[in-house]
Amino acid sequence: MKLPALNNETVRPAEMNRRDFFKSGAAVASVTLAPGVTLMAFGGEANANADAGKRWGMLIDVNKCATDCNACVTACSTENGWKMDGNPETDAQWIRKVDLTHKQTGREASLPMMCQHCETPPCVDVCPTGASFKRADGIVLVDKHTCIGCRYCMMACPFKARSFVHEDVEDQAAHAPRGKGTVESCTLCVHRVDEGGIPACVESCSATGHGAMMFGDLNDPASDIAQALKNYASIGLRDDLRLNPGVRYTNL
Amino acid sequence: MERTVYSEVTPTPAIWMLGVLLGAFIAAAGLSVLYIEHHGHIVTGMNNQIVWGLPHVFAIFLIVAASGALNVASIASVFGKIENKPMARYSGLLSISLLAGGLAVLVLDLGRPDRLIVAMTTYNFTSIFAWNIILYNGFFAIVGAYLFVQMARGIAPNVIRAVGTAAFVWRLALTTGTGSIFGWLVARSGYDAAIMAPLFIIMSFSFGLAFFILVLGTTFPLTNRFLGPNLIKRLGRLLGVFAVAVLYFTAVRHLTNFYAAEHGDFERFILFGDTMFTPLFWIGQVLIGGVIPAAMLLRHAEKTSKRQVLAASILIILGGIAHLYGIIIGGQAFPLEIFPAYDVTSTFADGVINNYSPTIYEWALGLGGVALAVMIAGMGVVALRILPMSLSDAKIDPTEPDF
Repeated sequence: MKLPALNNETVRPAEMNRRDFFKSGAAVASVTLAPGVTLMAFGGEANANADAGKRWGMLIDVNKCATDCNACVTACSTENGWKMDGNPETDAQWIRKVDLTHKQTGREASLPMMCQHCETPPCVDVCPTGASFKRADGIVLVDKHTCIGCRYCMMACPFKARSFVHEDVEDQAAHAPRGKGTVESCTLCVHRVDEGGIPACVESCSATGHGAMMFGDLNDPASDIAQALKNYASIGLRDDLRLNPGVRYTNL
Repeated sequence: MERTVYSEVTPTPAIWMLGVLLGAFIAAAGLSVLYIEHHGHIVTGMNNQIVWGLPHVFAIFLIVAASGALNVASIASVFGKIENKPMARYSGLLSISLLAGGLAVLVLDLGRPDRLIVAMTTYNFTSIFAWNIILYNGFFAIVGAYLFVQMARGIAPNVIRAVGTAAFVWRLALTTGTGSIFGWLVARSGYDAAIMAPLFIIMSFSFGLAFFILVLGTTFPLTNRFLGPNLIKRLGRLLGVFAVAVLYFTAVRHLTNFYAAEHGDFERFILFGDTMFTPLFWIGQVLIGGVIPAAMLLRHAEKTSKRQVLAASILIILGGIAHLYGIIIGGQAFPLEIFPAYDVTSTFADGVINNYSPTIYEWALGLGGVALAVMIAGMGVVALRILPMSLSDAKIDPTEPDF
């Protein structure tokens, strides 16, 4: 089975409807009315560009993902400023390659794992302060200003998608703030998506020629990803939990 | 029946020495917290796989024991057992102290303890953690009120009973909340079980009473007060019943989990594996923490000595720590089953049993929490009229059969 090649045209800048206009207006107001109150400003901004009509998601074709390829991991690390420093137990990993061997058949496969951006994310349910939150467009994020570092979200995530920042961080990317003592995970490159771009991992996968990762709006029936999902069988990981992840896998 | 007279404890040199020792543990915990906060959790044994470690074992043990320590008072006020009434104030004080010690450990292990104010002011009500913050704070308030009505003059018995009943209901809710922290984690084979809430309630009965008996048995000789042998024997008998109940709930938890094929691998890992969790379960939790103390307390219960009751209490506390270590660390050590049909490898420890070795900083923080609990209780009995001058067997209702 072949999926259509990645088409970046499927990703269009967020369109603003009337509801979103009011929502972003509220965000701006909170910033204007309370200059210096970072918590308010951040919470508003994080959702300001989110379009409730969209649901961003990803489709990964496991057959196209090469075992020896790590391009998506490297791209994410470079883009978001996290790196593996030789402490695999404590270093953050926003995305990782997982190699699989079927216990009965011996079939081998390789795939990237990251935050699955669930529709009903357990990390959001369990977070005591609401620092774990889901944007209107389905992207699950951590508000670094209100995360108290309790790690309950890490206990709750079925995909081990989150990392705790165990030590001081340096050379942070301006668009991906990190903080010692807080939890972090894949942001679906929200800073790119809000400007009409695609996640760095998807871009790099495309650049290698593998084209195993497709990104787009699951709610737009005309998008390539929606068409592919309609025409080819795919699964969400731990579908038994009914979390309806935004990241789906095919040929697994 | 003789009248109960309460008095403050006058510190003796031995009590001062104990205070200094506890102070040293608390100071060590404080220094550990500063060190961890400065360097980050990299200096602990916790990592991205074992995200909750030894501090959580101590914290949850203390929180669970806190609600159980209130039982002695509840049995007096709610269920009208008069022999428990003279101990009710101490029971209330100890429960507050244990909760304070446990919460201190929990809060000081946060990645950002400086943001505690955020946790206190921003609630996500789908989180059992958020509910627990309310339950814990409410516990302080309601048990504080319970202590007040017991100690103030001229309070009608039915008022004490009403406040005592409210405290009893609240403590059941609190332990339900603590068990649900794990019971509601659907992703992990070791948790995701409704039985966690009642299991934690019965654990609290057992661990809390064991802690209470141990502290009672130490405080009375230390302050030259008399403790009747029959009274402690009767508390011991109750503790024995609780220890058996914990064994029962533990058996149900593992057997029901075993029945579901999806959890079979986890049960084999805990019950028949080759890691430390298997001996920890069978020897630490079941034998030392359950079967042996239950036999000590219930076999020939009428002949049990005070010393045996105290020894059994120590075993139950050690077994309780082993029990919680197995739940908290064991539950995380077992790999998440994201791809059930596959063998899995990755750079992020997928498919492997996760290792955990606590560092001295975690030990210091956890033991500091215990020391803080004992210190608060100690300061309470020095400052307030909590302890009766004597707890003789004459307090036992003569109409009740002994055994």
